[in-house]
Amino acid sequence: MNWFRFASPASFYPLAGRLAPWFGGAAALFAAAGLYIGLVAAPTDATQGDAYRIIFVHVAAAWMSMFIYLVMAFWCAVSLMFNARLAAMMAQALAPTGALFTALALVTGALWGKPTWGTYWAWDARMTSELILLFLYLGYMALRQAIDEPRRADRASAVLALVGAINVPIIYFSVKWWNTLHQGASVSLTSAPTMAAMMLTGMLLMALAAWFYSIAIALTRVRAIILERERHAGWVGEAALAARGAR
Amino acid sequence: MSVAEFVSMGGYGFYVWGSYAACVLAIAAEIVIVRSRFAAARRAAGGREPSA
Amino acid sequence: MTAAQAAPRPLPAPGAWRGVAWAVRRDLRLALRSKAELGVQLLFYVIVATLVPLGVGPDSVLLRALGPGVLWVAALLASLLALPRLFAMDFADGTLEQMTLSPYPLPALISGKIAAHWLATGLPLVAVSPLLGLQFGLGGDELVVLALGLLLGTPTLSLIGAVGAALTLGLRNGALLALLVLPLYVPVLIFGAGAVDAVRTGLGAGAELSLLGAGLLGALVGAPLAAAAAARIAID
Repeated sequence: MNWFRFASPASFYPLAGRLAPWFGGAAALFAAAGLYIGLVAAPTDATQGDAYRIIFVHVAAAWMSMFIYLVMAFWCAVSLMFNARLAAMMAQALAPTGALFTALALVTGALWGKPTWGTYWAWDARMTSELILLFLYLGYMALRQAIDEPRRADRASAVLALVGAINVPIIYFSVKWWNTLHQGASVSLTSAPTMAAMMLTGMLLMALAAWFYSIAIALTRVRAIILERERHAGWVGEAALAARGAR
Repeated sequence: MSVAEFVSMGGYGFYVWGSYAACVLAIAAEIVIVRSRFAAARRAAGGREPSA
Repeated sequence: MTAAQAAPRPLPAPGAWRGVAWAVRRDLRLALRSKAELGVQLLFYVIVATLVPLGVGPDSVLLRALGPGVLWVAALLASLLALPRLFAMDFADGTLEQMTLSPYPLPALISGKIAAHWLATGLPLVAVSPLLGLQFGLGGDELVVLALGLLLGTPTLSLIGAVGAALTLGLRNGALLALLVLPLYVPVLIFGAGAVDAVRTGLGAGAELSLLGAGLLGALVGAPLAAAAAARIAID
């Protein structure tokens, strides 16, 4: 099967429409299982009490925030290398979800920090890097928004996303440095309770739920983007041609 | 675990339920917003859309 | 007349270094014409550094602790303020477009522009910083490390900033450039201010300064290429 057939927005559109509900359903199932384990089945932690249960959503959100940025940067690279519109649209569709997960990671991290270490915000390396990641997402979205011409917006934001992706490890390294410099080799503020197997399972289930959800919502958003940007394409004609070709 | 214990989460109810509620609300909001964006895009496209 | 003498000799292909030199000379000449504008940008740095003590009080212990961070943040902001002038005029009058068509490699021309820009806007910050450091009660070797860090860091800021400026060419929103570029400035800030803190606690600033140097080298290689790509995107 020629997968490159789906590289055009018009042919990807119906495929995305068929796939999205399946990913959504899978996400719901994983979430149900993960929530059951996280909130009910997993035992109360000895040191942190029931507050540790936040970890199940916090870790999933943090992982997705980073993973989505990488996927977004990947599609940006593809869009620049192959001058591919659909790849740029995919990046455009992923960014808001990535930003949302970053914000959720920050909020749940703060709510976890208060009962566990006494403060909502502790300027530790991981949360500070997460905050900067949020700025990178927002910058990408703001740049897209500011440029009227869609192809220029695609290319400029792609360059920005790639520059950001290259800088993320540098930023993380420098923030870790900054944190240890000013606090000494102190408590690792993001240390989790020692993992019981069930806790790990719960975290993985929630992470999978977040992953499938992200795919489902990005596929739906990209469909909206395709319609918004490709309105003027002659789909009716294309669809008829495709139907005639298939016969 | 009784229902009362479940809700209070060992006294950390605000933090735990606050976190889970934030996630549920955010995701629900995103779903609503994306779906309405898609519906609006469909309307603007005059009901025409690509089909395989 | 032999055939060799009659046939016209081909012109030498313009090398990258000549492009850099041309751009540096041109941009410096243009910058020196607007000395007042450059003076104002330097004054911004001084004023911001003065605002902080006015905001937190004259406690010398507190100011000494805050000094390096404040001076570095102020340098970042001053650097940001100067960025739009890197490409704005050339973009507006079409010179930038001519540069993309020129036989000189565009990254070379852009490196030259960035070098001139730094000489006009970044180097003055380095020169003034020891004076401002005295205002915050910084000691002798702290001042040296501050200036050295800024000497290594401000060119990096200009290089990274150039990519942002090229991406936002012609866009109305000035704050957008800040949003794009400030997160990328964070490592420079951390190592620059960290260097002064390190020398203060007696650890020595070798590691931080080396990292700043490495960052500068990386930016020297990567930023002109990225900025050239971004400039072409804006112009095409």
